[in-house]
Amino acid sequence: MIRFFFDGRPIEAYPGESVAAALRAAGILALRRSPREGSPRGSFCWMGLCQECTVVADGVRRPACRLEVAGGMVVSSGAVP
Amino acid sequence: MSAADLIIVGGGPAGVEAALEAEAHGLSVILMDEAPQAGGQVYRAPPRAFSGAIQRQADPIGVRLRDRLSASRVQQFFDHTVWSVSPGFRVDALGPKGPVSYEARAVLAASGAQERVVPFPGWTRPEIVGLAGATIMLKSQGILPGRLTLVAGQGPLLLIVAIGILKAGGRVAAIVDLASRAEWLADWPALASRPDLAVRGLAWRAKLARAGVPILYRHAIRQVEKVGARRVSVTVGPVAANGMPLAAPLRGFEVDAVAVGNGLTASTDITRLLRAEHHFEPLRGGWAPKLDAYYRSSVSGLYVAGDGAGIAGAAAAACDGRLAGLCIAHDLGTVAEAEFRRAAAPLRRDAARARRFGTAMAKLMALRQGQVQAIPPETVLCRCEDITRAELTRAVGDGARSLNQLKAWTRCGMGPCQGRICGDVVGAVLVVEGGTREDVGQFTGRTPFRPLPLDQLAGDLAYADLKLPPPAPL
Ligand SMILES: Cc1cc2nc3c(=O)[nH]c(=O)nc-3n(C[C@H](O)[C@H](O)[C@H](O)COP(=O)(O)OP(=O)(O)OC[C@H]3O[C@@H](n4cnc5c(N)ncnc54)[C@H](O)[C@@H]3O)c2cc1C
Ligand code: FES
Repeated sequence: MIRFFFDGRPIEAYPGESVAAALRAAGILALRRSPREGSPRGSFCWMGLCQECTVVADGVRRPACRLEVAGGMVVSSGAVP
Repeated sequence: MSAADLIIVGGGPAGVEAALEAEAHGLSVILMDEAPQAGGQVYRAPPRAFSGAIQRQADPIGVRLRDRLSASRVQQFFDHTVWSVSPGFRVDALGPKGPVSYEARAVLAASGAQERVVPFPGWTRPEIVGLAGATIMLKSQGILPGRLTLVAGQGPLLLIVAIGILKAGGRVAAIVDLASRAEWLADWPALASRPDLAVRGLAWRAKLARAGVPILYRHAIRQVEKVGARRVSVTVGPVAANGMPLAAPLRGFEVDAVAVGNGLTASTDITRLLRAEHHFEPLRGGWAPKLDAYYRSSVSGLYVAGDGAGIAGAAAAACDGRLAGLCIAHDLGTVAEAEFRRAAAPLRRDAARARRFGTAMAKLMALRQGQVQAIPPETVLCRCEDITRAELTRAVGDGARSLNQLKAWTRCGMGPCQGRICGDVVGAVLVVEGGTREDVGQFTGRTPFRPLPLDQLAGDLAYADLKLPPPAPL
């Protein structure tokens, strides 16, 4: 297992796993809020289209479903793309 | 910038078969896909770092596809997101080492399909995932949507997802299917063209029955509400044949995940961007590029195969891909006419047979008018910009008729998904409000195809360098 951080919280993940999968497996579903209503959103299409899973990983905004976890990666939510 | 005879965008069954066929006939071929490995959506490979069970469960068709591709001389660019294709042709992609671009005489768009979900109140909640998305979680990431999942919507992915969840040790609260039992059975003649799949379907239904999973035919989700920290309550009700809700009886399920999807639509990023002609084919997912018998679009040198040409399923995608590869070699002059005829005839027969099965499945996935009519006014249609049906109706009252006008009026389709998630359903709503699919049209294709981390692009590339067709008028 490797470890990364989501909003400061350590999360365990399998090498090769996507950030979205690791977070969902850890029971974290809401990854951001929608821009107008501020409603919670999470991974939805799992193919890099909807952008609902957008997070900021090591300073770069990325869809979590297409981002492989790296040990020590610092990920934060709340990104409104 | 280097060059090839043919650039193929998409490494699913269509793209890989086309690449192998074109290469076998002497073309230099570049294959690009944003996924780390070939296989497309249907044969999506688990990450290489995963070991054991999940690798062994990978579909053998996909494993063979990857093996044949690695044994070929096709130049492969996986982990490369194509974000623009400009006339002539130049293909721009962003890979792990930064931006790349390649030129070619011909381009084959083999970019597959995307999922349509008909909105209902609460569908934006994070407990809810797409049905197609759920297949990716199960086969590529080895995770469950939740501990107890309600599976809803229409088409063959319902069964694929429910079975996938059971096999992975999860629980399915119910399958909520828009189609009636009779509609599934109506396609027996087509199913009989693929006895292997028909038998698999029966085995699956037996497994669901043993697991005690109720199947609610002719039902649909009415709404989803949060209850407590980790659960949602799903209200489900009966519908008429056209998808219109019937009054009673309503049923409730408490679950921690919902997988819902209402069929697939062709990904038309490239053909829309290059202003190829499209037509609306309701039984193949909706808008699709117009093609001739050689997979040629209306733009010279631009070809399309697989679900991106209209939904027909994985087997048809593979057959069409091979044939498209052969046609392109023929057009580029590496296959003589007589040889082409000889080689094409059996491929055309295979493709026609595979399409029969795929079309039967695509029929179950077709959108029904009542489904769209029934979307309540307060429901969010455009997830990116939180635009409700009521706002859309108001824009129509103000004179918006086409998707592009609606976008200018309301920002619907302007968000980061660029209308890929909502476009088909919003188009259908505009039709219900008064119009034809042709008047309503599609969102004009734009670059980049995906939002890109701009700092990664900053290198030596400027948008202004790109030759793009002029934007269509509103
Ligand atoms: C998410 C999803 C899951 C599905 N799961 C199943 C399933 O489990 N079983 C089943 O029978 N059918 C499934 N389907 C239907 C299935 O996709 C098709 O029938 C089949 O995969 C079509 O093959 P294809 O080669 O036309 O396209 P695909 O297999 O979809 O391949 C298209 C490829 O193009 C790539 N691509 C697209 N745009 C770009 C771009 N801009 N840059 C780079 N690469 C790009 C994609 O990454 C993808 O690998 C699924 C569809 C979707 C959308
Ligand atoms: S879940 Fe849709 S982009 Fe990641």
